Amino acid sequence: MSAELISRPPIPNPVHPVFTPSRDDTVVVNIGPSHPATHGTVQVIAELDGEKVLRTDVHCGYLHRGFEKECEDHTWHNLIPYVDRLNYCSALINNFAYCDAVEQLMGITITPRTRYLRTLLAEYSRLADHLTCVAAQLMELGAMTAFLYLVTVRDQMYEHLAALTGARVTYSYGRIGGLAADVPDGWFTRLEVILKAYEDYVARVHGLVDRNRIFIDRMRHVGTISTAEAIHWGFTGPILRSTGAPRDLRKDTPYLAYGELDFEVPVGLYGDNYDRYYVRMREMDESVYMMRQLIALMPDGPIMVDDRRCVFPDKALVYTEIESLINHFKLVMEGPVVPAGDIYVAHEGANGELGFYIVSTGEGVPHKVHVRSPSFVHMGGVHRMLDGGQLADIVTTFGSVNMIGGECDR
Amino acid sequence: MAPIFDAIQAAFGASHPDGQPAGTPPVHCLGVSHGVLVLALEPDGLYATVQRLRDDFGFDLFLDVTAVDWPGQPLRFEVVYHLMATSHKVRVRLKTRVPEAEPIVDSLIGLYGAAGYQERECHDMYGIVFRGNPDLRPILLYEGFVGHPLRKDYPKQQEQPLVPYRPPQSALVR
Repeated sequence: MSAELISRPPIPNPVHPVFTPSRDDTVVVNIGPSHPATHGTVQVIAELDGEKVLRTDVHCGYLHRGFEKECEDHTWHNLIPYVDRLNYCSALINNFAYCDAVEQLMGITITPRTRYLRTLLAEYSRLADHLTCVAAQLMELGAMTAFLYLVTVRDQMYEHLAALTGARVTYSYGRIGGLAADVPDGWFTRLEVILKAYEDYVARVHGLVDRNRIFIDRMRHVGTISTAEAIHWGFTGPILRSTGAPRDLRKDTPYLAYGELDFEVPVGLYGDNYDRYYVRMREMDESVYMMRQLIALMPDGPIMVDDRRCVFPDKALVYTEIESLINHFKLVMEGPVVPAGDIYVAHEGANGELGFYIVSTGEGVPHKVHVRSPSFVHMGGVHRMLDGGQLADIVTTFGSVNMIGGECDR
Repeated sequence: MAPIFDAIQAAFGASHPDGQPAGTPPVHCLGVSHGVLVLALEPDGLYATVQRLRDDFGFDLFLDVTAVDWPGQPLRFEVVYHLMATSHKVRVRLKTRVPEAEPIVDSLIGLYGAAGYQERECHDMYGIVFRGNPDLRPILLYEGFVGHPLRKDYPKQQEQPLVPYRPPQSALVR
């Protein structure tokens, strides 16, 4: 039982920084890829003058798992569990955006109940995602109480979504042409209880940090970006809105049921960390407001469209008649036939514009699935927020960008 | 259809009876597909066209660049761009074809900062060379990776581990 040390040559850092120290008194340091402050695997190579960051080179890709390659080898249906794992904090938004893209290419109009349910669940996911982001950001500043308040209510949401979908994080709940199942009895009653708990906990967090001198000093005028620069670097979502631009796909190009809902698009003043925190907090309130409207509007009816090209036949029919058996078999083995063509569909993800560009050659397997993931685009521009700041502010600024490795690296 | 699309189609001369306006490289409007105006153009005219779309028509947000591999076709790679005009709330898709032997297009990094990172990804995955992008280091892959994994002739199961696999070892014989 001797533990013999295996000595191997160290693996060289696979990333070569684009720069070397520009002066004698500066130093180039490597932060990450495995660092508590990066929550995810991302590498920041920074040139420092004392504690001041002169320039940074942000490098991602450590979570790359060949999502797009894998998609080209599976049927349109079988991709749904994969798209869950893009932004795993709000997996349902990915589900619905992907299904929407395929449905539009097939020319399918989903049923009214599904349309409202998807809108409701997308907002519920946005709530969970923003809670995660704000909680992590506060924790990194040392605000453990606020973190635990927010994660407590998020955990209630995860359990509640598990009651609906059977999974806590990766739901695989969307289907091409509808949803996996209808809501169980009592789900909406429990939802209202959780929304009340959300309001209670978020009010406490507002009380703890909003006017807190330490919090303001660390957040206000830190990681600032202007609207013009944010658009130039491709920022969308809460980061772009924090600069004062009311750009929200739910308002600009309404999809699902957003055109029928009353809601505001909160914007910030300076585009700094504090604004990003506050925009997310206000967006959560708007999400809750939308969800209450949606519960009141929720119509009855089927959740799946009646379209044999993509929807599985009733199991009883599969066992009793040959046409349904063949239909089921062909859907499993060959996949739903999506007409040849290409389409770009974008939904407002929790982090920004989540776009799916899919190309079909008329087969059951996609020719190409490309994801325009907001986190990846944001990593291309985040150096504009980090450069010129303090080393310690990299942590908070990075937290406010909410990089999700799953969708960034795909 | 959004009025801005009519203006673009008129400006780029798709419906010009007397041919292209002088000095403009050929741009073919393929019409509006699912709410997105699709333009097909030669690689030579890409930069000028995008610059015009940005400056004259307000396409200020660079959304996306990717490529589609069509093996067996003479112009194998189709480089696809998506741009958005945030004030008009519309998107446009640009398509240009390049051959496998010379997969080169102009970089748009001079027009949009966001193009830099995404061109790196496209370079990783398809080997498209973006002329003028000073930083085409691997971004999702690692330095030393051989090949371009999203090309259709790259086998899905191929592995290029950075660290060699250790032989399977029982936990009991330590």
